[in-house]
Amino acid sequence: MDGQMNRRGFLGSSAALAATALGFDLRPAAAMVRELKISRTTQTQSVCPYCAVGCSVVIHTLGDKAHNVKPAIVHIEGDPASPINRGTLCPKGASLKEFVLSDRRLTRPLHRAPGSSQWTPIEWDDALTRMARLIKDSRDRGFVAADSQGRTVNSLATVGMIGGCTDTNEVNYLLGKLRFGLGIVPYENQARL
Amino acid sequence: MTNGWTDVANADVVLVMGGNPAENHPVGFRFVMEARRKRKAKLVVVDPRFNRTATVADCFVPIRAGSDIAFLGGLIHYALSNDKFQAEYVRQHTNAAFLVKEGYGFEDGHFSGWDAEAKRYDKSTWAYEVDGQGYAKVDPSLEHPRSVFQLMRKHYARYTPEVVAAICGCTKEDFLKAAEMVTVAAANDKSGTVLYALGWTQHSHSVQLIHAAAVVQLLMGNIGMPGGGVNAQRGHANIQGSTDMGAWNMLPGYLKLPRANWATLDEYVKANTPKPLRPDSLNYWSNTSKFMVSLLKAYYGEKATAANGYGYNWLPKAGENDNHSWGFLFDRMHRGGMEGLISFGMNPVANGPNTEKMIGALSKLKWLIVAENFETETAAFWRARELADEYYPDSGEASKIQTEVFLLPAACFAEKDGAFVNSSRWLQWKEAAVDPPGEALRDQEIIARLFLKIRELNEKEGGAGAEPLRNMSWNYANPLSPSLVEVAREVNGRETGTLRQLNGFGELKDDGSTVCGNWLYSGSYTEAGNMMARRGQDDPTGLGLYPNYSWSWPANRRVLYNRASLDHEGKPWDATRAPIRWNGTRWSGDAADYKADAAPQAHGAFLMLPEGVAKLFTPDFAEGPFPEHYEPAESPVENALHPKVSFNPAAFVMDKLGAAAEFPYVGLTYRLTEHFHYWTKHIASSSELQSRFFVEVPHDLAVEKKIASGDMVRVSSARGKVEGPALVTKRIPGLKVSGKTVYQIGLPIHWGWLGKVTGPLINNLTASVFDPNSGTPEYKGFLVNLEKIS
Amino acid sequence: MHTVAKLIDTTLCIGCKACEVACQTWNDQEFTLGTFDGSYQTLPDLAPNFWNLIKFNEFERGGKLSWLMSKYQCMHCVDPGCLRACPAPGAIVHLKNGIVDFNHDNCIGCGYCITGCPFDVPRLSPTTKKVYKCSLCSDRTAVGLEPACIKTCPTNCLTFGTREDLLEKAQSRTAELQADGVAAAGVYNPAGVGGTHVLYVLANAARPEDYGLPRDPSVPLAVRLWKGPVKWLGSLVVAGGILGAFFHYVRYGPKKEHADAE
Repeated sequence: MDGQMNRRGFLGSSAALAATALGFDLRPAAAMVRELKISRTTQTQSVCPYCAVGCSVVIHTLGDKAHNVKPAIVHIEGDPASPINRGTLCPKGASLKEFVLSDRRLTRPLHRAPGSSQWTPIEWDDALTRMARLIKDSRDRGFVAADSQGRTVNSLATVGMIGGCTDTNEVNYLLGKLRFGLGIVPYENQARL
Repeated sequence: MTNGWTDVANADVVLVMGGNPAENHPVGFRFVMEARRKRKAKLVVVDPRFNRTATVADCFVPIRAGSDIAFLGGLIHYALSNDKFQAEYVRQHTNAAFLVKEGYGFEDGHFSGWDAEAKRYDKSTWAYEVDGQGYAKVDPSLEHPRSVFQLMRKHYARYTPEVVAAICGCTKEDFLKAAEMVTVAAANDKSGTVLYALGWTQHSHSVQLIHAAAVVQLLMGNIGMPGGGVNAQRGHANIQGSTDMGAWNMLPGYLKLPRANWATLDEYVKANTPKPLRPDSLNYWSNTSKFMVSLLKAYYGEKATAANGYGYNWLPKAGENDNHSWGFLFDRMHRGGMEGLISFGMNPVANGPNTEKMIGALSKLKWLIVAENFETETAAFWRARELADEYYPDSGEASKIQTEVFLLPAACFAEKDGAFVNSSRWLQWKEAAVDPPGEALRDQEIIARLFLKIRELNEKEGGAGAEPLRNMSWNYANPLSPSLVEVAREVNGRETGTLRQLNGFGELKDDGSTVCGNWLYSGSYTEAGNMMARRGQDDPTGLGLYPNYSWSWPANRRVLYNRASLDHEGKPWDATRAPIRWNGTRWSGDAADYKADAAPQAHGAFLMLPEGVAKLFTPDFAEGPFPEHYEPAESPVENALHPKVSFNPAAFVMDKLGAAAEFPYVGLTYRLTEHFHYWTKHIASSSELQSRFFVEVPHDLAVEKKIASGDMVRVSSARGKVEGPALVTKRIPGLKVSGKTVYQIGLPIHWGWLGKVTGPLINNLTASVFDPNSGTPEYKGFLVNLEKIS
Repeated sequence: MHTVAKLIDTTLCIGCKACEVACQTWNDQEFTLGTFDGSYQTLPDLAPNFWNLIKFNEFERGGKLSWLMSKYQCMHCVDPGCLRACPAPGAIVHLKNGIVDFNHDNCIGCGYCITGCPFDVPRLSPTTKKVYKCSLCSDRTAVGLEPACIKTCPTNCLTFGTREDLLEKAQSRTAELQADGVAAAGVYNPAGVGGTHVLYVLANAARPEDYGLPRDPSVPLAVRLWKGPVKWLGSLVVAGGILGAFFHYVRYGPKKEHADAE
């Protein structure tokens, strides 16, 4: 069940034709070409985050997992062990590394004050404190314990939640707990657009 | 999907309609190519555009956006009038033989029961005639004039090839060629699959469209068969899982969200447990109480007791007639009825209809929280004037917008573990390879910290709704960042006493002795470990089911309704590809969609339905028991079948509509293979492959308007406009519709104001028009004008 | 001697461009913004950082609309014109497995290989002053992995194997297509360059130009000659002026024909 495999596992299970399978030895050529960039990587099983074909990918990282070393992604390629994609990928999947390492990724929380025309960086703790305050105050104002007929409804309809389709089942389950803990009724999802 | 990607290779004919797999699901499309090579399968593509899927098709039929039900209705008529349907399958496995009550009818575009004032149907006449025990009466000869079969035959008698051609804008010959290919699957030993996507779901009559496809597939005997089914190609990695986990008006596992009129757990269970409609119906939803109580135990832990209805009243209840679907949510926000919005990985400014309305709605909020990988147009909605002034002259300047916005950096797929559910319903576990960049956090940590902080504040200061918030269980080993393995185990379910992980939903109880976060996923994380991470390569049936690779809901079943692949006596319709077999005491092969030890004759093949058989006729939907062709809300022509009721009478319209005199062309939105939604414009590779927004203009229209490829054009609708260079092509032909030439304008999505490449948001053009059942907007087929600007 | 090859079955190509991206990603080539030229094609042509192009060709013939997509890259000729033209020792290497690879440490950026190539494939980078093209992922093939483009191809349009096996496969696929009614199907393996290590199955083999392929490619005669009777010129590598003039002539012909040649 370990999602990580060794290099032999990847190369061996590859749909690629091993040197012998081609009927002759390719190795003499090896001396003349550049070194295989995935020859010393750690490999992690993952699944492409784009469409719902569900292609498995292998993420190749460098870094030996030593305490002070952060692994870095050097390559992402289709996983031949998947009966769905058998190692293949579409043009989006084939460039997943460009997504993970995009220079447009957000790396710190940003805040936009009412009426402001710009983002201001904010510390996580400050952001969480402020968001919790806003949510609680809206909830205190909007929470309906019983409706006009006196029926218990415990619902909050002035705060909405959307999203989830880009995240895992487990995160969606936790979003559900957040939703129902707060009593939020309006909850929409990309699945329905 | 009822079946799955790998199963498509078992098809003898593939109908691609309302989808474009070669472009949007290229890897899934390899199974179409495999079916063509190995089974000599025919590929039929029905689409407004000669797209990349059409280039490899055996038959391509161009049709007008929004005319799909006419085409499918034509297939139903063709099958019934040419005796090209699998008669025994229809008799045994559908409600064809059921008798409908007196009073049902269809006239001039309305089914019986239309309430013109309330703009909705009273469905009481769309019901079966029942006997003294409440069972539906049947006529196995299918000859009774009020049998579903005869009513269906009558309903579709109007859908002749000539009428189909006139409505769809195709030729009669092309329609007949397609009909002949598709109905090959009526033979017992032939299967046909239907692959669709948003080209079907984004209509004001989308649910009925898919109902029509289901009717076609039932007539062909294709439901439950390998190489068959009705298969939605879903467009986001976990759109299936996020739906399974409860969106809109659902709890996890498609349990309905409580309503104010279901005051107690007992009332809820009573209202949501259907009565069997035939003596042999297994009626699986009779287990509703077990699923619901186990979910409540997962939510409220030890606080959930029999005495307090397992905490049922802590769940929010919607008003009995409230609709909180997308259109209503944003319409209410636009009118100032909402205070805040939390968005995890969704971009309504880009993907909601009528962008300016989305921006206006968000401007009315006190606060907005967005967790994302990139700065999206939604997070930056207050920058609309700064970044895209030409499109939003009526939106407010940033200084006038009082919304407080938080943009939280979230981890991407490679930085998180957990399971995605693909279109095949396979739950595939992934591992985290690296940490999120900079200060970005994993989503579970953001959610947990926010939840605990609010709860802490509520406890400290007091506040509304203390009990529902206090009692929601959050007893994870690390409450600030729950391990997703721990969550997955809770979702699978366990016994409360022994803590034993359950093997499946068959073990769920309604006495509080089991906990289960989603009954559909029960069996995904058992005592044997994480079934979603399995990598077994074996395929004992040879049908590409791979039972030991990942885990499929429900019960690791790979082909839904597989019991219907055999006749009533248990004999396979096609012995060469039976997914399940009965050995006299048990079922083998795929996880049988049937009671594991029940003889073939014991129950109807469709366990989840009170009928025990599949429904050709159903009272479930808002606009009728049979699918009927309605024009889009904005259409260049009147409905040829009933001009007075041109458009779906039950659909929701919340925007200004345009007329054909001002906006004479039909707009179509779609994805390109090079990009993913509004996401990859932030990514270098996709930005290279398709660097700019463009408008696809039919060749003949371009000649008429003196537009050449590369000329800048403006496309406008009653809501807004987009501008970009024209790509002149013969791939979108002008179509003759009821004697008039209709041109369709191709509008690829993917661009926006933020990214490595930028361009207009295509939903500047679209309208808040929604399907009455699903609340999905009509993005395929709306009216636009086209002008050359330079 | 066994050699490797790539088979491109154009009847299975859906123009998804996965091969374009996989090539750039594996070979660490920078992504750049494309230009809009009224088609779905990524770039009008190959580039120093872009060695694998899907050509899109929309046309109508006999009332039937076609939209052909065809992969275009180095053909790894059995008799490589680039190698014949190259004056820099060791800059172009003909590996024993049939791959024609460039060794950039030895490349002097003269661009003569471009002239020698009958398929117009190598591209000179204005920044590094070196010439680039597909290496058939010589680093991957050396350890038994298929080239990145072939690995990623979703529809089995691309396959990797020995040249002998793939020639046979191409023939049987052609026969299959013909049996299915595609009478004009055929194999593209042009004799003018001694055959290629990139083979195509074309639905209409009589019109390779529909797929962006030259009908009858061959190494220009002057290039063919230059390492034979005119090999002495090789010692004048540094005398760029003379050699440059020679290759200008080879590429463009006498000045008066310039317009026609372009």
